[in-house]
Amino acid sequence: MNIPMEYYLAVSTIMMFAGIYGFLTRRNLLAMLISVELMLNSVDINFAVFNRFLFPGELEGFFFTVFAIGVSAAETAIAIAILINIYRNMRNIQVENINELNG
Amino acid sequence: MDFSLQTIVFLFLATVIIVCSILTVTTRKILRAATYLLFVLFSTAGIYFQINYSFLGAVQLLIYAGGITVLYVFSILLTYSQRKKGDRLKSSKVVAGLTATLAGLGLCLFITLTHPFTPSHFEFGELDIKTIGFSLMGMGKYQYVLPFEVISILLLACIIGGILIARRR
Repeated sequence: MNIPMEYYLAVSTIMMFAGIYGFLTRRNLLAMLISVELMLNSVDINFAVFNRFLFPGELEGFFFTVFAIGVSAAETAIAIAILINIYRNMRNIQVENINELNG
Repeated sequence: MDFSLQTIVFLFLATVIIVCSILTVTTRKILRAATYLLFVLFSTAGIYFQINYSFLGAVQLLIYAGGITVLYVFSILLTYSQRKKGDRLKSSKVVAGLTATLAGLGLCLFITLTHPFTPSHFEFGELDIKTIGFSLMGMGKYQYVLPFEVISILLLACIIGGILIARRR
């Protein structure tokens, strides 16, 4: 293996900032959620790569990635349930229309 | 500079990840954004396979690419609003966001590429699935049965909460 660790980190950094850009500029709640997924995914890559290259005998980063994937699945399910409920009440999911939350 | 097969695979995966993640946040149609996100998740699984974490790659394919993307596509189709008002933002705000993003990206890339890490080395060899199982279920030091149980309770709470929130009253 002749690929340095920094290349993987550079790829995940670019993915992270693509997610941040999307989170700052999109105005649809689902698009913002997709950007959050990008950010979580880049952090998962970082955990796995650090574990593999710096501490190859241990498993901390590996299990952190597995648990982070599980937590992000839970987060996505709840967020989409909330979004569908908002859509049922307001008929769209643009953020500027969601300025009141009284059910 | 000779291109080994590992390098070619890595370059391919990195190109797909970078291009598709930028397209994910810049495309106007949200269904296309979900599709590009699917490509990014596939390539991430490819990176996990490449650094010999096959279990992690399989988990990524199953949960992210198989589950979460389907959930996204369903919810996009459910919440698709007919009148296309689009998510136009004032161009000054887009420029401000782009500037902040590029500044942060430059700073983080600079720090990452110049930081002297402890000497890294890569050992070939697949992680034994037996090791993973014993570490996940063991109760000793550096073993993970407590987070495993906490995650299972979290997923149970998430199922119940999802049903409660999304049900029709």
